[in-house]
Amino acid sequence: MSLISTNNLKLVLGGQIVLDGVSIAIERGEIVTIVGPNGSGKSSLLRALIGALKPAGGSITRAEGLRIGYVPQKLQIDATLPLTVQGFLNLPRRQDRAIVTSALNRAGVPDLAKRQMADLSGGQFQRVLLARALLNTPDILILDEATQGLDQPGAAAFYHQIEDVRRDMGCAVVMVSHDLHVVMAASDRVLCLNGHVCCEGTPEIVADAPEYRALFGTGTQGALALYRHEHTHSHDHTHKHEAP
Amino acid sequence: MLDDFVVRAALAGVGVALAAAPLGCFVVWRRMAYFGDATSHAALLGVALALSLDLPIFGGVLVVALAMALIVSGLTGRTVSTDALLGVLAHGALAIGLVAVSVLPNQRVDLSAYLFGEILAVTKTDLAVIWGGAAVSVALLVWRWQALLSATLSPDLATASGVNPKREQLILTLALALTVAVALKVVGALLIAAMLIIPAAAARPFSRSPETMAIMAAILATVSALAGLAASFVFDTPTGPSIVTVAAILFALSAGLAPLLRR
Repeated sequence: MSLISTNNLKLVLGGQIVLDGVSIAIERGEIVTIVGPNGSGKSSLLRALIGALKPAGGSITRAEGLRIGYVPQKLQIDATLPLTVQGFLNLPRRQDRAIVTSALNRAGVPDLAKRQMADLSGGQFQRVLLARALLNTPDILILDEATQGLDQPGAAAFYHQIEDVRRDMGCAVVMVSHDLHVVMAASDRVLCLNGHVCCEGTPEIVADAPEYRALFGTGTQGALALYRHEHTHSHDHTHKHEAP
Repeated sequence: MLDDFVVRAALAGVGVALAAAPLGCFVVWRRMAYFGDATSHAALLGVALALSLDLPIFGGVLVVALAMALIVSGLTGRTVSTDALLGVLAHGALAIGLVAVSVLPNQRVDLSAYLFGEILAVTKTDLAVIWGGAAVSVALLVWRWQALLSATLSPDLATASGVNPKREQLILTLALALTVAVALKVVGALLIAAMLIIPAAAARPFSRSPETMAIMAAILATVSALAGLAASFVFDTPTGPSIVTVAAILFALSAGLAPLLRR
């Protein structure tokens, strides 16, 4: 059974239909990337998956007892709110100290527990958000443009961390991203969205699909060619996947 | 002891300070200053309603403040910018309240008592209402503290963790209406929002966690209430505004000290 699936999902935001007729299924352990132009309903789809947005039609089915880790697009913490990383990770439920430490380790920021959220760099902040999503050892990790505001190496390092997390914890990953080449390289499956599902499949299939080309042109072909080249050898993860 | 009007005034001031300050932290964190304005200004309309229907003032204010808080709360949930609309509500409520109180047929109402409070006229019954209301408001915040903080940080993140942000917003709305209703007698409709925001803002530089900020805000608000009361005797000034003046001075001191406290 799929971890989470939608059947003919329709989403309405502020009176506007943002998504219609979306039927997708996420399987255990896979990395699925959602691409699409601005306003194509990517974030809305994720928000529906976590339950923050009610379907206007169709349905969402979650596996029983499904644990979801969610990393939002951005989080504006008002400067008037004093909060340490540790305090942030203990919301809304107090966590075991060991669990907090292990989540920070997995997210690659073991030493930040006592720091103020307001003092973190963009990359540190996103990793703390990732750590928060890992607290409940999720079956599925949902990331909404989690690298927005990070530079290219920062984004690449972040996605590398995601791959490590997936490998260690075996959770499925669903993410929205604009960093097409980085993301396509890391994905098992790509879902191209524009009000509906335009096309889906492995990165190669989607990149060759006329619907995808119509949306993104052929500009990303070079990056994808590089991807194919890089991944013709065995997939051992001991080498570094740095962004080109 | 409660027969002394000064003691009653001091207790009333402290009661309001303890209720308003932690709630004010949320008002500041969520950038809902207008929310406090609109709700507290609506209190005057509640006074008019209570007087015309011959109801207790507290009940009338509570009902109208709650209605206004629910309206504002519903509006702020929308995606469109509501800044101007909130301004209209805040000032419209005040103006309509003033008009409504002045056209009441059977009595001349002492407007300044409702605008600026009359803490020196607090009765034992008032005191019971103030401390009862304050206790409920603080209990609501303590009970929902973790969930309220989560919803304040990010509604979506809260939802993903099983917290319903709409419900938490409703809790805050309730606490706000209750605090406005108990604070009216002490600082008046015009200055309730000040008691929410100023102690919280003054507490910020001394705080490393939300909890310490709420406690610091409560301490600063209590100091403001007592010092303001004392100052109003010494300088023969109106008490409600004197309390807020002390709070504003504390804020200025705190803001001045803030650069020295950083790290």
